[in-house]
Amino acid sequence: MIDVASLLIYTTPVALAALGETIDEKAGSLNIGLEGTMLAGAFFGMATSGATGSAWLGLGAGIGVGLILSLIQALFTIRLAIDQVVVGTALNLLALGLTGTIFRARYGESGQLLSVPQVPRFAGIDPVVVALLVLTVLATWMLARTRFGLALRAAGEMPKAAEAAGFSVARLRTIGLLVSGALGGLAGAYLSLGIAGSFAENMTVGRGFVAIAMVTFGRWNPLGVVGASLLVGYAESLQFLFQSRGIAVPHQLLIALPYLLALGVLVGVGRGTASPAALAIPFRRNG
Amino acid sequence: MRALGRGAGMAVGLVLALVITLALFGLPVGESLRLIVDGAFGSEAGLSRTLVRMTPLLVTGLGMVIAWRAGMYNIGGEGQFVVGGLGGALVFHLAPALPPALLNLAILIATILGGAAYAGIAGWLEVKRGVPVVISTILLNFIALQLLDWAVSGPLQESKRQLPLTQALPNEAMLQRFSRQTDLHSGAILAVLVALGVFGYLFWTRSGFRLRLTGANPRAARASGHSPDAIRMRAMLLSGALCGLAGGIEYTGISGQLGMGFSQNWGFLAIPVALLGGLHPIGVIGSSLYFGALFAGTENLARFTKAGSTIVYVIQAVAVLGFVGLAAWLEDRARKRARPAEGET
Repeated sequence: MIDVASLLIYTTPVALAALGETIDEKAGSLNIGLEGTMLAGAFFGMATSGATGSAWLGLGAGIGVGLILSLIQALFTIRLAIDQVVVGTALNLLALGLTGTIFRARYGESGQLLSVPQVPRFAGIDPVVVALLVLTVLATWMLARTRFGLALRAAGEMPKAAEAAGFSVARLRTIGLLVSGALGGLAGAYLSLGIAGSFAENMTVGRGFVAIAMVTFGRWNPLGVVGASLLVGYAESLQFLFQSRGIAVPHQLLIALPYLLALGVLVGVGRGTASPAALAIPFRRNG
Repeated sequence: MRALGRGAGMAVGLVLALVITLALFGLPVGESLRLIVDGAFGSEAGLSRTLVRMTPLLVTGLGMVIAWRAGMYNIGGEGQFVVGGLGGALVFHLAPALPPALLNLAILIATILGGAAYAGIAGWLEVKRGVPVVISTILLNFIALQLLDWAVSGPLQESKRQLPLTQALPNEAMLQRFSRQTDLHSGAILAVLVALGVFGYLFWTRSGFRLRLTGANPRAARASGHSPDAIRMRAMLLSGALCGLAGGIEYTGISGQLGMGFSQNWGFLAIPVALLGGLHPIGVIGSSLYFGALFAGTENLARFTKAGSTIVYVIQAVAVLGFVGLAAWLEDRARKRARPAEGET
């Protein structure tokens, strides 16, 4: 019905972002700014690829801008213990405004299709898809089997215990945010360089939020989260399948499908008990 | 007196955020400021534009105040605005022959109900199913936009079926305009009245007090015998009602018909407006006026430079981060100063 390679390609942006967010949430912090991180990654990835002629540098730029946004987020939510929803929303707005303004100023209001070097594919699959699969295994092993993974989980479940055991909750959560930022930025850059081949204003259209929903659906387990993202990738690739077969379904319904799906699974699974106990609760060392 | 000082500090900070952002984009600050002020207040048309942009920001901003004060992070103002508008358009579609004044009223009521119902979904999901409003409202925003796209090119499309727009309202069913030359309509006054109403509700009624208590301290609310869930649900319904009404005012005051450009991100921009207004109805009048003026002003700026309205998003983000950052830093410093003193006693 649909080929595996294209399914994987459509899954990759949401899955990468969701994988990073899983690590972040395991450490107890919630990256509402993931949407803006992806959008910034998409724009700066495209701009860098266009300027240097290298899609690889573009992907690197996506990671870089993601890291910068996470550092800002860490400063506000961890160092200053400010509400994560407020800071995340502001960062989303910042990314939307920044990419929109620079894009219009440099490439014109119309946003004519830009052709920039894209990520090359080998046998229908590209290295970013492979990286996703490798990272999924790595994250599973890291969280379950390593001392660092244990410390990370402790920071999300019982920050006081983690501190008592000699770990710095602030450092662990900052690392979580950095992973989320790097993978979110990469996911965005892959969206513009691996899939669309160009940039459009607000081109992420909520994929960052869908990724956050997939973390809940996947029960904070890397394999589960990436599996959940496959559903979204499937829903996205359905649009093209239905169009190419000429099946008469309102296209708006197909576009809305990933969001409906994300909402539907959240209603189904609720928050449950798999959620890290201290998720999104700022931690102050001295109470 | 203290509130006045805080307000003045906010005003200075907001101007500072504007200057910083302009400099960040390498724009000539003095000249840009002159263009913005001129575009926002320099003429009758500019002033009208400012107030017209302020109106949806104010009403959706008030919606955010109610939800966030109750601890419900409603990020779905955009969807509630759109679904409200659709409710209004549906009334016009079903009963186009109503007398104009009655039609206008029926549309506004339908937009209120539409917005409330849509926010109610998210409220119900959080209260009953544990789905965080932060996530559900955002997903609902994207679903609402597709619903709008489908409606204006399908069941609610204008009778000629040429453009993806709903049938235009007759002029008599629109909110009253003050002058033939400008777009300023009575919705701006209605918006300010709503702000005073929200102020009265939050600070002078028992229900408003419980709502604030629930947001500030859910345990205390529970201990005093009130179910936080019922109060949160009510806050979401009220918040959605206001966002829907904002859609209704925009529909019957400005656009007269719905298309994909119906909401210019008003419901989303309402969040920084509410935050910078200190989550206080009177503060939100001030912050929505400021950002209304900025939108009007940057339209003028865009005629002479390459910077358009998206720059206002950056200003909002910089201002929000600046304010919450400064507040947290001061609090942190005060705490550190207080601690040794505690140790001595």
